[in-house]
Amino acid sequence: MNGTAVRPDKSKLYYPKMPRMWWLQKWAYLLFMLRELSSVFIAVFLIVFLVQIYQSTKGPEAYAAFVQKLSSPGWISFHIVALLFAVYHSVTWFESTAVILPLRLGERSVPRNLVFALILGAWIAVSAAVLILFLSLRG
Amino acid sequence: MSSTNKSIEPLWWGLFSAGGVVAAFLVPVHIVIFGLAMPLGWIPTDTGELFHHPLVKIYLFVLIALPLYHWAHRFYFTVNDMRLGVPRGPLAFLCYGGAIVGTVMTVWVLLQL
Repeated sequence: MNGTAVRPDKSKLYYPKMPRMWWLQKWAYLLFMLRELSSVFIAVFLIVFLVQIYQSTKGPEAYAAFVQKLSSPGWISFHIVALLFAVYHSVTWFESTAVILPLRLGERSVPRNLVFALILGAWIAVSAAVLILFLSLRG
Repeated sequence: MSSTNKSIEPLWWGLFSAGGVVAAFLVPVHIVIFGLAMPLGWIPTDTGELFHHPLVKIYLFVLIALPLYHWAHRFYFTVNDMRLGVPRGPLAFLCYGGAIVGTVMTVWVLLQL
């Protein structure tokens, strides 16, 4: 094998010309873009959450004051939008997981919809467990 | 991409994938708890102590750090796809570097607890 991989002549490569706003041309493209952008909202939420955790090092008052800040209409709106994006990420992620990891039972493969439903069920169970654990450990 | 970048690509992809799983399973419920229920007063705010438990710290590290690499990977390719004319090198540096900075910040905060 040749270690220095053969590079194609750039002048001979085909570059499709796409308009800058190509992702607004079809509903499916827009949904794709929204799915990709869900990661931005998730990341921003996690950084805000990290700041909240950091506030707890400064004592309960600082922590409560930070939570109070998050009760402003702006932050509540942000978290509602972030939640919608996060759920969209979860659902699309589980859809693709059901495609990538097909389940087999003996000779038969489990229908994709059923795999998807099982993962959705696991997600709801994990979310409920986190919530219950959080509420019980808090006290 | 140079051959060195190519060789570490599976690492970034693995972190993207792991971060995607963590984000999919865990992030929505945490937005509900910390972004909505607590600020709206449905749950009391006396939760600061909970973060001090060693197991909770490990959990928080996984919860916060891994999805940052998921963001980095997706954001890098999305900005490329959007044809905004952002050069790839600096963009990759910003995205993956940002995730690494976020990881260091997370570790630093968790060690303060």
